[in-house]
Amino acid sequence: MTYHWDFHVVAQYLDLFLWGVVYTVLYTVGSIVIGVLMGALLCGARLSSWAVLRGGARVFQELFRCTPLLVQLLWVYYALPLLLGTTIDNRAAALLTLSCYVGAFYAEIFRAGIVSIDKGQREAALALGMNRSQSMRRIVLPQAVKRMLPSFINQSVIQFKNTSLVSVISVADLAYMASVVNGQTYRPLESYTVMALFYIAMLLPLTQAADYIEKRLAASD
Amino acid sequence: MNDATREGPILEAIGIRKSFGPLEVLKGIDLELARGEVVALIGPSGSGKSTFIRCLNMLETPTDGVVRFRGRAIGDEFKDRGESYGFGTLRRHVGMVFQHFNLFPHMTALENVIEGPITVLKTPKAEAEAKGRELLAQVGLSQKCDAYPAHLSGGQKQRVAIARALAMEPEVLLLDEVTSALDPELVGEVLSVIRRLGEAGMTMAIVTHEMAFAADVAHRVLFFDQGVVAEHGTADDILAHPTSERLRGFLARFHQ
Repeated sequence: MTYHWDFHVVAQYLDLFLWGVVYTVLYTVGSIVIGVLMGALLCGARLSSWAVLRGGARVFQELFRCTPLLVQLLWVYYALPLLLGTTIDNRAAALLTLSCYVGAFYAEIFRAGIVSIDKGQREAALALGMNRSQSMRRIVLPQAVKRMLPSFINQSVIQFKNTSLVSVISVADLAYMASVVNGQTYRPLESYTVMALFYIAMLLPLTQAADYIEKRLAASD
Repeated sequence: MNDATREGPILEAIGIRKSFGPLEVLKGIDLELARGEVVALIGPSGSGKSTFIRCLNMLETPTDGVVRFRGRAIGDEFKDRGESYGFGTLRRHVGMVFQHFNLFPHMTALENVIEGPITVLKTPKAEAEAKGRELLAQVGLSQKCDAYPAHLSGGQKQRVAIARALAMEPEVLLLDEVTSALDPELVGEVLSVIRRLGEAGMTMAIVTHEMAFAADVAHRVLFFDQGVVAEHGTADDILAHPTSERLRGFLARFHQ
């Protein structure tokens, strides 16, 4: 059996795909920005000398790291509103869940980067008379950020792909739009291939840039 | 320096105890450092001398005992409070050089040296740089201002670390086994820098395994053993005429 590829039909829905791309990028960037803030807060809590903060952050992190993102999306959208006795907008649920998920992972990347810096660095800074925040800002973080960067980019690439899961709660991202186009055209092969090509077109430059940055960083050590 | 500040020890430790969990590393150590005095701390590994010197600038918080700087007790926080100095004031005036250099790898030699003055003392950058170059020249590294630590030998790194400590214009310098991580042929260049500092009147507490060096630069020597100062006296007393069996046994290992 030979299949007749016909992208012509699917191409008529290019605007839907492009809207999907816009949403996918928005959810990626939005959840990364919020995730970085959450990750920084969680990381600060994990490194705190206050056990309650450390424990709380740990619980939050493990909750989001040890359940699948799909399960989290379903739970936040369908189960959480029942608990709260309210409804939740699917787009808000999607952004919230994506952010918490990636924030939990970022926190671990940040924490690992900071604790990987030899404690002699902090001691040398303190011995010069710096306070804790000066030693963190001037000495520890510049070195730690360099070490975090490859994992951070890697996690962000994964996050980009993970946004496709928001389609299960009817958020109109690229994956959702592809299924809409498929529903309209009955052309799954073309619809889903176009979708895949869009993801590749966006992610390939990112992964190449990540490789390049990683090589540059390795060379500067 | 006026006569008032000359009176009494510049840095003083009274009854310093330090425990790590059930292990008591320091069992009540006293030390008075007069201005311009060089004291060497010797003793077997694990005898507590490094822990003690780290208590002098509060990198380790003593479990018990008091550290006094210019006659004022050091409190338990960064800021000065009432009559007591905080860690910040203490460390601004008491510099430290570490066994493993601890240079900042993301900064050049010059940037390492000016980091303290710029961040802590808020010295204008141009001024800090001029002085930083001068200090690097003093330790024989005027050619290496723009080199990153990764491109320096161990001896060069340690000399940058000394210049970095000196950039704060410390009144006391703490040196914690500063040649122990160096290849033997690089030890001399670092020791000669320290020797010159001693001759210039720098107050120093030096933890060292270099007995000949200790005999040469130190006015006094403290022999640490199992968390106490087992013997103390002039360099000549301790190193040339040891009385206790422990000290003789310890020194014998350096004369083989």
